[in-house]
Amino acid sequence: MKEFTKGIFKENPLLRLALGLCPALAISTSLPNAIAMGLAATFVLVFSNTIVSLIRNFIPSRIRIPCYIVIIATFVVMVERFIKAFSPALEKQLGIYIPLIVVNCMILGRAEAFASKNSPVHSILDGLGMGLGFTLALCLIAFIRELVGAGTLWGINIIPGYDPAAIFILPAGALLTMGLLLGALKLKKKR
Amino acid sequence: MNAGILVIFFNVVLVNNFIFSRFLGLCPYMGVSRETKPAMGMSLAIIFVMTLASLVTWLVYNYILVPLNLIFLRTIAFILVIATLVQLVEMVIRKIAPPIYRALGIYLPLITTNCAVMGVTVLNVDMFFKDGTALEYSLVNSLVQGVGAGAGFMIAMLLMSGIRERLDLVPVPKSLKELPIAFLTAGLSSLAFMGFIGLFSH
Repeated sequence: MKEFTKGIFKENPLLRLALGLCPALAISTSLPNAIAMGLAATFVLVFSNTIVSLIRNFIPSRIRIPCYIVIIATFVVMVERFIKAFSPALEKQLGIYIPLIVVNCMILGRAEAFASKNSPVHSILDGLGMGLGFTLALCLIAFIRELVGAGTLWGINIIPGYDPAAIFILPAGALLTMGLLLGALKLKKKR
Repeated sequence: MNAGILVIFFNVVLVNNFIFSRFLGLCPYMGVSRETKPAMGMSLAIIFVMTLASLVTWLVYNYILVPLNLIFLRTIAFILVIATLVQLVEMVIRKIAPPIYRALGIYLPLITTNCAVMGVTVLNVDMFFKDGTALEYSLVNSLVQGVGAGAGFMIAMLLMSGIRERLDLVPVPKSLKELPIAFLTAGLSSLAFMGFIGLFSH
């Protein structure tokens, strides 16, 4: 159970360890995008963790990183094909950030730091927890950006008559939101 | 054609800067930008690898994946090519140019999983191939985009490291120290770079 929950709060990949930043900031303009990206990354993370953990005793340690990368890339291609087939609109929204899941440092990081040393069951739990934590953190950023930047949530207008601060939808807004969020977390931790 | 190349170059350096508008390569950007010297080394290594990767992935895509109808394996092929390339570059540099290796060597392994390098290769394919056929001048364009993306990264890196060196000397609120203030700085720089958006609209 500890393996599962640590990814959500204590070792949240995005907000605590600052891993997987690139896709996180780029696609967090709206909640649906954030959830889609979160789920895609979680899928890849859980399955790559499982496979890495299953074959951890057969991989020579000198070539382990290339092996992990191939395993991760395989699942990324699967996700890519799946999204392309079922939701071309979503594929257009997420664009190059779907293939870029393969270089998400969170996924390689978990394979190296956790799955290569632990049993499959623990690795699956770790993957699920980390994936969920990543998705939740993404949703939090997207929630702030969509609400402040467009005045909507999930595309529905929440605050009538609100003049949206469009900068939060723009790239600069992502960096500012992330900075303030990290600052707030640090402040809370100190108290 | 010449004008096209310039547009591609300045577009990727200024308007669609990899850091400030596409968020590619944020991890090394935040990690190595504390001082100017390592920032410079990292940027040079990235320019080098990006250019090489643009060249090699274009060849792989055009002459291997497209004829064999394996376009859907792009992601897996590119990441392998990049990983191999980085290893190779590391070995070659170590052998023939030890001083350069001492300056860039430690950054090279980090580059394998750098989303900016992977990003530029995927972007090249998205922009310069249409339904699996190469557009005119697409190899030159890919190379220019590779160099430009690297140069844009370098500008962002040097700006950031210069600012962060000075930030060390000023009283920053405790909870904003280190990463949060770096993000805020990057956000403001990104805002400044938005000024370039109108550059190519007419």
